[in-house]
Amino acid sequence: MEMECPYAVEMLGITKRFPGIVANDNITLQLKKGEIHALLGENGAGKSTLMSVLFGLYQAEEGTIKKDGKEVQINDPNDANALGIGMVHQHFKLVQCFTVLDNIILGVEETKHGMLKKDDARKKVLALSEKYGLKVDPDALIQDITVGMQQRTEILKMLYRDNDILIFDEPTAVLTPQEIEELMQIMKNLAKEGKSILFISHKLNEIMEVADRVTVLRRGKCIGTVNVCDTNENELSRMMVGRDVKLVADKTPAQPKDVVLDVENLTVASKNHNNNAVKHVSFNVRQGEIVCIAGIDGNGQTELVYGITGLEPAKEGKITICGKDVTNASIRERSAEMSHIPEDRHKHGLILEYPLDYNMVLQRYWQPEFTTKGGFLKKDAIRKYSDELIEKFDVRSSQGSDTMTRSMSGGNQQKAIVARELSKEHKLLVAVQPTRGLDVGAIEFIHRQIIDSRDAGDAVLLVSLELEEVMNLSDRILVMYEGEIVGELDPKKITTEELGLYMAGAKRDTQKGAE
Amino acid sequence: MKNKKSFMENPAVQGILSALICIVIGVLIGYIVLLVINPAEAGTGIMAIMKNFFNYPIGKIGMKYFGSTLVKTAPLIMCALSICFCYKVGLFNIGAAGQYVVGAGVSLYTALAWGLPWYLCIILAGLGGALSGLLIGVLKAFLNVNEVISGIMLNWISLYCVNMLLTGVKEPSSPYTLPLTGHGNAGLIPSLGLSTLFNNDKVTIAIPLSILFAILVWVILDKTKFGYELKATGYNKNAAKYAGMKEKKNIIIALAIGGALAAIGASFLYLSGIENWEVGRSSVPGMGFNGIAATFLGALNPIGSIFSSFFIQHITDGAVFLDKTAFPSQIPDLITAIIIYLCGFMGFIKMLLAGKKKNKAAPSAETKQEGGKQ
Repeated sequence: MEMECPYAVEMLGITKRFPGIVANDNITLQLKKGEIHALLGENGAGKSTLMSVLFGLYQAEEGTIKKDGKEVQINDPNDANALGIGMVHQHFKLVQCFTVLDNIILGVEETKHGMLKKDDARKKVLALSEKYGLKVDPDALIQDITVGMQQRTEILKMLYRDNDILIFDEPTAVLTPQEIEELMQIMKNLAKEGKSILFISHKLNEIMEVADRVTVLRRGKCIGTVNVCDTNENELSRMMVGRDVKLVADKTPAQPKDVVLDVENLTVASKNHNNNAVKHVSFNVRQGEIVCIAGIDGNGQTELVYGITGLEPAKEGKITICGKDVTNASIRERSAEMSHIPEDRHKHGLILEYPLDYNMVLQRYWQPEFTTKGGFLKKDAIRKYSDELIEKFDVRSSQGSDTMTRSMSGGNQQKAIVARELSKEHKLLVAVQPTRGLDVGAIEFIHRQIIDSRDAGDAVLLVSLELEEVMNLSDRILVMYEGEIVGELDPKKITTEELGLYMAGAKRDTQKGAE
Repeated sequence: MKNKKSFMENPAVQGILSALICIVIGVLIGYIVLLVINPAEAGTGIMAIMKNFFNYPIGKIGMKYFGSTLVKTAPLIMCALSICFCYKVGLFNIGAAGQYVVGAGVSLYTALAWGLPWYLCIILAGLGGALSGLLIGVLKAFLNVNEVISGIMLNWISLYCVNMLLTGVKEPSSPYTLPLTGHGNAGLIPSLGLSTLFNNDKVTIAIPLSILFAILVWVILDKTKFGYELKATGYNKNAAKYAGMKEKKNIIIALAIGGALAAIGASFLYLSGIENWEVGRSSVPGMGFNGIAATFLGALNPIGSIFSSFFIQHITDGAVFLDKTAFPSQIPDLITAIIIYLCGFMGFIKMLLAGKKKNKAAPSAETKQEGGKQ
């Protein structure tokens, strides 16, 4: 018996084809016991496909999978679970109206005479949560807890099933900086306790911080596996993208001109609680500048954007765009001057059941260019416009304009939205987390587009949870805390630490905190 | 194999294939039921149902019964279109049955009591159905009342209101409304020679009209800005709002149009003179409900609805030919009900067909994950 196989899991020579593309081309990935192994690659490089093969969602056409040195067959997720392989998906698989505990035991509940026996389960969950520092409230409903706690619930789900190979599919995409910090610590603890971790990511700094080794994929091919201690971010990004990438966007100093967006004393009600989510906020954004709203998730940024874009009514205050009072204007009226890259691409940004070309004209379909006077769609024009945007913004998909949007990778869905919003006529761009879940190549591209849009004379309001993005792009930073703007900062003069203090509410400018 | 794969991935092919599978399974189960009751007669029985008008010699008599089936197919197409249209906006218009009742009531009353010409009767019936649908839509859009609940309730309210209304134009000696011939001749839909072709004076231009409506609905949904908005609202209300569409308005308009379609369907049937309304009836006519089966069997495609409606009406009429001495009298309806019921499995069969392909066809892993697998 070869008990001492150093690898927990080996995927050897995996090839997986889809019509038109080879998603995985002879990829080998070996996960050592107790290591954190990062899987790095651009959107559509084949990371998710490879993990789906490991998790039993797809069958590879070629190649073998070995667990502890023994060849295994994984036909569905149940097989994977039986082998101790667990996965935290990018989009959580939790029952919203169940408690944390119920979600953890879901599917492996213990019963006595047909009745649930939760006491033992509760003890085990609390013990696990103690051991790995996974703070959760077992009795809270999923819909009431933060995204970070939902993720910890997912991790506990894997641990509760005694999984020892843990796959994290872009776990930090949805987290705040603080939560990311915590997650990194949790992952290190897990590895220390002997769990083997596969960490799918395209965030280089996180990989550098937490991983032991990293395997890089590019366009379905394995570029190589390197030790993290022997490499650096620049080398990794070159391996991933295939060329040098500027990690910091070049930009000239802003030259602000006329005020485009003027927000006065804006108050927006909250959907979650009786308090107002946005409280008496005033600021403006000028032509040719990027103003960034920084803050920890849930401090009213979402509602502020809803108020400005018209998705939610303003309770008080006044919004002016290009000198026109739009406080009570419809979304369509506002969209004449405003482009909006929404926070949630699946909820607002796209109609996933529509083909890509229909989504490309979602904010323009009514215009004479795409609709005849009689109300008929000009499908040829729509197709042509969509093809142009796909080309210009390098949106990758299996069938171009015909692709069902649902089947595209998250990064390319986001690129499609960015393409649509930047290509439509606008004077104000409201971009909420425009690079969420994107790889460095795409981030570089989108940052470039936003800066170009500024230089072309647009006013840009950027909402971001990523400190790096805030520091990188903005000409002015407004920090939001508990629904108020607590500071206006100059990114050139402030450090990340100081910004963090404002975001956490530990510091505030007195003159800015209206009331 | 390579070529076949892309052929099989075509949604239209999948739709037609799953419709055929549904029909085959439905007929098979129907056959098994007949087999249990009377093994000797089962084979001829199921054939009699499937043959419908072919039970008669091809020629004048066959054409006559073919015509009768078509007369009842027209309203079924309209009901299927009503449900299909609303379904595209994410609404389940079970109220089509009630809107159909309203259409029957308005068209018969305006023809018999006011002596209006047929086209006005149809238009007024459509308006009546639209109002009925509008009510459901307003409740849904502004008060978030589920359209299924309010639809079902309205079905009954409509039925009794129409019974009451039509009591005014009923025959003195029977529970049925007066025949149009003699009491409202203007209300009869013209046949423009179709009646001689089919040797059946009930065959009218309602049949080509219903096909025109199907094409119209298809064009609206597939080719127009309005259809783009309606479908967007149905797929993702939030994104529709984000794009500046009036999602509330779309919901109301969709249900109003759906109501009009079902009601016009009823006028197509009752203004052909093939049937009179029984004012004492205590059940909502099944036409609106069969429309649900026809919609799904037609793969939620307006053009598909034409064929699926014809098939469903074909076997419904075919049931009459089942040997009454060999089988209890409830059996014909039971067999057609089973086949129609199986038509509802359309979505399921289609999913199976698509699912089988999924492993090969899905272009990226995200698809499957976001589909809520596991």
